[in-house]
Amino acid sequence: MKTRRLDNYGKINRDKILSFSWDKKNYKGFEGDTLASALLANKIGIVGRSFKYHRPRGIFSSGVEESGALVTIGSKDRRDPNVRATTQELYNGLEASGQNAFPNVNFDLAGINNYLGRFFAAGFYYKTFMGIPPLEWGKGTAIWMFFEKFIRKAAGMGSASGLPDPDTYEHAHDFCDLIVVGSGPAGVAAAIEAAEKKLDVILVEQDSLIGGNQLAENDFDNSQIKNQLENLGIKIMTRTTAFGLYDNCVVGLLERVTDHISAPNVKIPRQRFWTIRSKHIIVGAGAIERHIAFNNNDIPGVMTVNASKHYLNRYGVLTGKRIVIATNNDSVYETAHQLSEAGANVTVLDSRTNFEIETNKSFEIRKGYVPYNINGSKKINSLDISKSETINKSETINCDQVLLSGGWSPAVHLLSHRGVKPKWDYNNACFLPSDTKENITMVGSSRGLWNKNDCIASGIAGTTDALNRLGISKTNYFFPKPGGWKNSIQPLYEVKYKKTRSKSFVDYQHDVTTDDVRLAHREGFISVEHLKRYTTLGMANDQGKMGNIIGLSLMAELLNKEIPEVGTTVFRPPYTPVSIGALSGRNVGKHFRPLRVTPMHQWNIDHGAKMIEVGLYQRPWYYPKENETLSDSYIREASTVRKTVGICDVTSLGKIAIQGPDSTEFLNRIYSNGFSKLQVGKARYGIMLRDDGIVMDDGTSWRLAENEYFMTTSTGEAAKVMSWLEELLQTRWTDLNVNVTSVSEQWAGVSVAGPKSREVLNNCVDDSLVITNNNLPFMGVTSTFLKGNIPCRIARISFSGELAFEVYVKSDFANTMMDLLWKNAKKYNGCLYGLEALGALRIEKGHVTAAELDGRVTIDDAGLSRMASTKKSYIGSAMRKRGVLKNNDREILVGFFPANLKETFNAGTIVCEKNNIKGQGIGRITSVTFSPELGHWIGLGFVKGGLDKWKDTNLVGADPVRNKQMNLKVVSPHMIDPKGERMYA
Amino acid sequence: MIRINCPYCGERDHSEFSYGGDATINYPSLDASEKEWTEAIFFRKNIKGYQFETWHHSNGCRMWLVVERSTVTHEIKSVKPCHPNLQKVVENNK
Ligand SMILES: [Zn+2]
Repeated sequence: MKTRRLDNYGKINRDKILSFSWDKKNYKGFEGDTLASALLANKIGIVGRSFKYHRPRGIFSSGVEESGALVTIGSKDRRDPNVRATTQELYNGLEASGQNAFPNVNFDLAGINNYLGRFFAAGFYYKTFMGIPPLEWGKGTAIWMFFEKFIRKAAGMGSASGLPDPDTYEHAHDFCDLIVVGSGPAGVAAAIEAAEKKLDVILVEQDSLIGGNQLAENDFDNSQIKNQLENLGIKIMTRTTAFGLYDNCVVGLLERVTDHISAPNVKIPRQRFWTIRSKHIIVGAGAIERHIAFNNNDIPGVMTVNASKHYLNRYGVLTGKRIVIATNNDSVYETAHQLSEAGANVTVLDSRTNFEIETNKSFEIRKGYVPYNINGSKKINSLDISKSETINKSETINCDQVLLSGGWSPAVHLLSHRGVKPKWDYNNACFLPSDTKENITMVGSSRGLWNKNDCIASGIAGTTDALNRLGISKTNYFFPKPGGWKNSIQPLYEVKYKKTRSKSFVDYQHDVTTDDVRLAHREGFISVEHLKRYTTLGMANDQGKMGNIIGLSLMAELLNKEIPEVGTTVFRPPYTPVSIGALSGRNVGKHFRPLRVTPMHQWNIDHGAKMIEVGLYQRPWYYPKENETLSDSYIREASTVRKTVGICDVTSLGKIAIQGPDSTEFLNRIYSNGFSKLQVGKARYGIMLRDDGIVMDDGTSWRLAENEYFMTTSTGEAAKVMSWLEELLQTRWTDLNVNVTSVSEQWAGVSVAGPKSREVLNNCVDDSLVITNNNLPFMGVTSTFLKGNIPCRIARISFSGELAFEVYVKSDFANTMMDLLWKNAKKYNGCLYGLEALGALRIEKGHVTAAELDGRVTIDDAGLSRMASTKKSYIGSAMRKRGVLKNNDREILVGFFPANLKETFNAGTIVCEKNNIKGQGIGRITSVTFSPELGHWIGLGFVKGGLDKWKDTNLVGADPVRNKQMNLKVVSPHMIDPKGERMYA
Repeated sequence: MIRINCPYCGERDHSEFSYGGDATINYPSLDASEKEWTEAIFFRKNIKGYQFETWHHSNGCRMWLVVERSTVTHEIKSVKPCHPNLQKVVENNK
């Protein structure tokens, strides 16, 4: 490489020397450098290997459009792959390495792929899936599977660390009247104008410095602008990318807070993911210079003209010694002049023949000439050029750098996020933003303005447009016309050159060549969206910022159409990549989702509970005594409940207060069973159906007073039931006078179950008379006091099948209640029991829960037909009788025993007939447990036809996932105490 | 991000709300036939343009709202409470 640092150029801070490493070797740069400028200053030309062919790649640009210099930054758990060296600020100690190469980017063994190019042409992946001739009769998949790992390794990008990310990320929010994206002349003018008109303005700049493309000018100093913006109270956000525009003027920003700091304070997030809610958006995102497709246009040393200007004037790096600039427009001449002034030997090839340009003659201009082939492989040796109309060799120029400018593409991406299609402008050979009804205004070069004065005028016009649309002003304004060059651009996308094995790149990042585009056309992939997916043109990090238009122009030529007729692909967010860490913010690890705990959570843990997640809730799972396993523990707990007494935290159940004169009517409509005759002081188990007749949830409702009920729901469906009740009352039955209030958090609930439960409660309540069998019969409800004057609600409800009570107190009294109950339960050798024992007890009784009521089950399927009233209509009563829900072969709730009682089985087992073990079988097992009462494993589940059909036939349980199979006996789901004698005791 | 102007809470992100469904359905009476119910719960128009739909301000005031939203642009023309009494309250407080 003939790149070198110049002493009297650039705005870097030469007093501050930074050391960094590239592929494990140490180098020096300056504060203000990017990694790219520092690499160039150190004469490092090859910084990567290309995606498919492993061709050596250099630095193409100086910004976000970079598609060659993708590198890996950092090491170990801070390794960050696919970072653009052109936007990575240099810091002391930065570690960078090349990627997609072995052993390194200079000498890469997979470079052989370059010679196997025909195997890696467009659609390669798809074709391999289909099979390589002569094996293309369905074996392609096997071939793919064999080669996949090699191909994936050879083709690609850097790899992630595979370790947990040690950095923190933050989600942040802000509001403003106007957000301006881009701090070039247009954006700054817009922001100043808006702030002077008293708008609350945020100015966003992806670079570390404000100024936009002015940063490439040798005499530009942004300090005055910065002061002005700050004095006007504008919030300036640098190192911040507006990656996407969303509905209602919402803008997504990624702020890189510490990516430029060598030893960041770990208390500061690495990146912030901002959601900005604005009233108007002004986009001055600039324009991106295009390259030109011709043979070997990817050899290290090829760069855009504007990038070279940036390196010279911002970083003091002269990127070549003998430089050839190839262009079709006026924008290169200032750069050509400056490069030659800085000491380079410059030749400009301009494809146009008829144009006037003022120069000081310090460089040669070859009018009507184009480049068609670069000689060299790891560096440029020379360039073959030709008269533009003929394309055959006329001359070879020795050079070490080729700078390209095939025109400029306004950055219309953000507007495209809103579904606004850009329109093609023939005069400027580029897509321009279309108008939109939304409050978004495009200004500056992103609306195709090439002169600074026009950009400034457009910024002011943009703010006037914003003020008008916001109803603040009614001022006439006009935008300058697109363009601004003295001579018009002459479209030039590709210089064709017929030579075997030549590669002319359209999209550097994914190694898409002009031949790939032609192949896609031959094979019929002519729509731009197909072209994109078949060739992968415009995919990956850069999203085709440089190459898209070239690809479109080639397809247009092949189809004999104009570019606008071919169309353009839709740009989608993000504009530049957003890290997964930033997307997840603080919602990682235990903060991944909210955690809900019951008011006696700590009490449970203090008393030895092992916890389990149920939905968002942490619930006691089991309470092991020393050395007990889960199964030792739950079997002991369940047996204790059946023998004496157990206490279980049931607070996670949903609890809803239902109040008002029409409460009874309301419950009667939403439950399938009758509620009109429920007396005050009684509770009832109820089932709710959905509109379509399927079971939604089950629970109990307690009639506390004439017009007041206390409803419990299942843990999992609590939120859904609450929303459903509100929906019914607010949208359908607006004449009903009923109030529903979620009181789930207000009440702590506990189940006291077992033959000794009444005796335990006798010691805990103020007045033991209230809980006698007479005063509190089965399903009775009372509001009374626990000792210590604690108000409570007690219902005689049993989920376990034993004599049992549910006791509720205000959440603040939860621990006091637990202490009181536990002290007394211990006197009867009682236990604390968790969800696992609760499960065992309810399976023994054949009580269904979420495992059974999975949204596919009807009330009849669940064996609860007696719960469907015939005397009234209710939600789902018409639909539950529709044909498909009444088929004879529906799966009906049953109990299962293993035929050999010593065997075990698992939930998820498929139930099959003996000679027909396949597919989905005739049923499934949904819940299993060891039954302490029966002394063997039991299950609940469903089988077509139910108990009546199979009670005398052995079935087979197939569990292919666990490689298990067992014979099953179908039994009644009520496996113990079917008459419920214990509950009524 | 759609921003919904809740008549009670003010303009909020759509992530505070839950989508309900078609707000123009007249649900039949509970004793209506299976056919009427089938039409009410399964048959929906696929509207291109403005439609009335219900949203629940589930992480806000818990009000069910009728939102008039364009399925093409997400533009929202009007937001009002589903319950006629609440509608009146909102109207009177304007
Ligand atoms: Zn609200």
